[in-house]
Amino acid sequence: MDFETPKENYSGKIIEVTIGATPEEGGTRSHTITIGGSTSPPFHFFEGKHPHPPRVAMEVFDKVPNKYPHSLMEYYRDVIEKPADMAKKCVEQYGAELISVRLEGTHPEKGNKSADEAAGIVRQILESVKVPVIITGHSHFEKINEVIKKVCEITAGENCLINYVETDNYKTIAASCIAYNHTIVAQSPIDVNLGKQLNILLTDMSFPAERIVMDPLTSTLGYGLEYTYSIMERIRNDGLAGDKMLAFPMLINPGYESAVVKEARASIEDNPDWGDQELRCAYWEIATAMSLLASGAELLIIYHPKAVEVVKNKISEIFNSKKGS
Amino acid sequence: MALSGLDIFKLLPKTNCGDCGVPTCMAFALKLAQKKAELSECPHASEKAKATLGAASEPPIRLVKIGGPPSLEIGNETVMFRHEKTFFHPTGIAIQLLCSKEEKKLLKEIENVESYKAERVGEELNADLFFISQDSADRDSFLKTVNITKQNSTKGIILDCSDTENLKISLEVLKDDRPAIFLREKLTDEYVKLAKTSDSSLIITADSFEDLQSQSEYAKSSGLNNIILNMNSQNLGYQLQNSTILRRSALKKYFKPFGFPLFTFIQAEDSYDLLAKASLNLCKYSSIIVLPKYDKAMLYALFTLRQNIYTDPQKPIQVDPKVYQIGEPTPDSPVFVTTNFSLTYFMVSGEIENSGISAHLIIADAEGQSVLTAWAAGKFTGETIAKFIKEINLEQNVRTRKIVIPGLVAQISGDLEEKLPGWEVIVGCQEASDIPAFIKSVRIT
Ligand code: B12
Ligand code: SF4
Repeated sequence: MDFETPKENYSGKIIEVTIGATPEEGGTRSHTITIGGSTSPPFHFFEGKHPHPPRVAMEVFDKVPNKYPHSLMEYYRDVIEKPADMAKKCVEQYGAELISVRLEGTHPEKGNKSADEAAGIVRQILESVKVPVIITGHSHFEKINEVIKKVCEITAGENCLINYVETDNYKTIAASCIAYNHTIVAQSPIDVNLGKQLNILLTDMSFPAERIVMDPLTSTLGYGLEYTYSIMERIRNDGLAGDKMLAFPMLINPGYESAVVKEARASIEDNPDWGDQELRCAYWEIATAMSLLASGAELLIIYHPKAVEVVKNKISEIFNSKKGS
Repeated sequence: MALSGLDIFKLLPKTNCGDCGVPTCMAFALKLAQKKAELSECPHASEKAKATLGAASEPPIRLVKIGGPPSLEIGNETVMFRHEKTFFHPTGIAIQLLCSKEEKKLLKEIENVESYKAERVGEELNADLFFISQDSADRDSFLKTVNITKQNSTKGIILDCSDTENLKISLEVLKDDRPAIFLREKLTDEYVKLAKTSDSSLIITADSFEDLQSQSEYAKSSGLNNIILNMNSQNLGYQLQNSTILRRSALKKYFKPFGFPLFTFIQAEDSYDLLAKASLNLCKYSSIIVLPKYDKAMLYALFTLRQNIYTDPQKPIQVDPKVYQIGEPTPDSPVFVTTNFSLTYFMVSGEIENSGISAHLIIADAEGQSVLTAWAAGKFTGETIAKFIKEINLEQNVRTRKIVIPGLVAQISGDLEEKLPGWEVIVGCQEASDIPAFIKSVRIT
C-alpha cells in the first residue's frame, strides 16, 4: 500500500474578524488586525488555508490587581499604576500586538470607579499606543453595562474588541457595539451548546457575525485546562464541519487565569519540587497558551513578557511551515 | 478498529459471482462487518483485502514498552481527539545524558532526575527515561555512561549511538532492561540484528513519509514489532502536521507502517522555547519527548500538562466522599466542608495542613465537580451538604457545632443553617491559599 496524505474535507470556514480601525476607516489605529479565516484545524496547512496567524495581546489595568504575581511586578513596577505607560511598554518593549485594558476597578466591590473615569483611562490608552485595543470588563452586570456603554460611545469608530458579554447579560452591551461600531466577545462557561446559543442570540439581534469573537472560558494549566482544551476542539471541529454558529475565532486568557493560581506566586522554598518561581510564572502561561493554540485559540491575552516573546516566536515558526511539508 | 460494511465492500472484487454463498459482494461485506462471515469464504479476495482485514483486527497503534519492570507503555491510542474517548498512555518524558560529561557531573545529573518527584492531585510525577547520546569520539565514555546510568537508576534507557560495535556491547549490559535504540541513520541489517537479539525497540528516523514507510515495512518484514517513529524536523509547524498525518493514517486509514507511537527530540534556544515546543508536541501526539536540558519548574509544568491532557474526559479525577482527618483532630477540632473534585480536595487539605492545625474535612459528594461548578449544577447546596452530614453521622463524632464553607458559596449559608439546626455556618475565604491567614483571623470553633 502506498502512502497517501490523509486529508479531510471541511465544508466550513472560520469567520474573519477584524479589530481596530485606521483613520480612513474612522478610527485612529495605525493598522488593523484580522483573525480567523481558517478552513482546517489549527495549523493544518496541508489540508486548508490559514490566512491569519493567531495574535498575542497584553493587558493593563485601571487598578493594580489584588494578586499580581511578584515575578510580573518585577517587569512592570514602574508603570503598573499608569495604564497608558504600561500599554506603551507592552507594545514597544515586549511586542504586544494588541492591548487589553481591564476595567476591574469599576466593579462596585473593587473600587467602584465611575464610567467617566473608565472612559478617561481608555482614551489615554488610545493615545499612548496605536495598536488595536480590547476593553475587558467584569461580571457585575449593572455596573459594567453602564461603563461599557460610556466607553463604546467615546471610542466610537475605533472598532475596539469589547470583552465580554454572556447569555444573562448581552443586550445592552451588544446594542452599544452595534451603535458605535465595535467588535464583541461572546463568553460562555466551557460548553458547546451554551456558546452556540449565545452566538445565535447575538446574530438574532442583527449583530454582524464578522464582529463576534468567542471566549470559551479559559481554565489554566492544572486548573481545568483539559476542559477548555476539549471544548475548544469540539467548537472548532463543529465550526469547520459547517456549523456557522460555532465558526468564530476564539479568545483565551492565559495571563489572567495563570496569575491568580498558586503556581505563579509560591516560592521555591515553600515548594521545592515546583522549581524556580520566576521561571514557573512564565512557564504556566506558556504551557497554557501553547496547548490552547493547538486547540484553536486565535487571540491570546498573555501577561509575562517572556511568555509573550516565546509564544509569538512559536506562532511565526509554525507559520513558516505554511509552504507544505 | 472495526471496518464498516462499505469499507469492506470497496476491497472486494465487486463481481457479484455468488461463490461466497450470498448473492452480492455488498451483502457479503455486510456479513463480514457483522463478523457473521470470514473473508476466506470469498475465493477471489485480493491480497490487499486479506491484509487490510487482518490488520483491522489488531490495534491500529501498537503498544510499545520500554524499560522496567514496571515498563513505560506508549501507543495503543484509538482517537485523534481526547473528547472522542480518552488518550490512554501518557507521553514518556526522557532526559538526555551526554557521555562527554565527566563522571561526577553525570552522577549528579542522574541523581537529580532520580530524586525529582512532585505530587499533583494525588499522582506522583516523574521523568520516565534517560536518553544517552554518544557525543564524543571516545568509545569508552558511552559504555561507561550506560553502566553508570544502569547502576544508579531504574528508569528505561534509550541508546543514541551510531557506533554499532559500541551499541552491541551496551545492549549486552542492558540485556534484561528492554532498552530502545534511537537511529540517526537509515535502518540496516546490522541494526535489525542488534534489536532482535537484545529485544529492544527501535526508533526509526526519516526525512519523508515515503522513507519512513519503507523503513517501517523493512523492520516489520524482518520480524521487528516494537517500532517507534521519528520524523526528522525541528520546525514546530511540521512537527504538528507530521504527527497529525501519522496518527490519522494509522487510525483512519489503517495504514500499518505508521501504526506505532511517535517520538520527538526537542531542540530549543532556551528553556522557555523548550517548554513551548514540548507542550505542543505533548498535546499533538508525541509518545516520547526528549529534553536536552530541563529545570524543575519546566518538568512540573510539563507533567501538569500531561496529567491534564491524559485524564479521562468522561470522569473528573475525584476522591471518595467522606470525612478526612487533617493532622490529629479531636472531637473539638474545627470542621470544614468542600466538594470531592480531587483538585479542590488537594488544594484545601494542603492549605489546612499548612496552617498547622488539626481539623475534620468533610468531602461531600458533588460528582467530582469544583465548588462553583457543583453549586451551579445544584450538587453542592445547603440541602445536599446537610443530607450528607446526617448520612455520615457527623454529630455523633464531633462536639463542635461550627462549620466552615467555601467563600465562593457564601450564598448557601442561610439555607445550610436552616437545614442543620443547632449549627453555625461560617463563610470561609474564597481561595484556598488564604486559608492559613483566615484560620488565624477568624474564630472557627
Ligand atoms: C472547569 C470548569 C467546569 C468543568 C467542570 C470541572 C469540574 N470537575 O468541576 C465543566 C466544563 C464540566 C463545567 C461545567 C459547568 N460549569 Co463550570 N467552570 C469551570 C471553571 C473554568 C473552573 C472550575 C475549577 O476547576 N476550579 C478549580 C477548583 C479547585 O476551584 P474550587 O473548587 O472553587 O476550589 C477553590 C476555592 O473554592 C477554595 N475552596 C474550595 N473549597 C473550600 C472550602 C473552604 C472551607 C474554603 C475556605 C475554601 C475552599 O479553594 C479552591 C482553590 O482556591 C469555572 C470558572 C473558573 N475559572 O473558576 C467554571 C464555573 C464554575 N462554571 C460555571 C457554570 C455555570 C457551569 C455550568 C452550569 C454551565 C454548563 N456548562 O452547563 C456547568 C455545570 C456542570 C453540570 N451541568 O453538571 C460558572 C459558575 C457560575 C456561578 N457563579 O454560578 C463558572 C464560575 C464559570 C462562569 N464564570 O460562568 N465547568
Ligand atoms: S465470492 Fe467474493 S466476489 Fe463473489 S460475490 Fe462473494 S464476495 Fe463477491
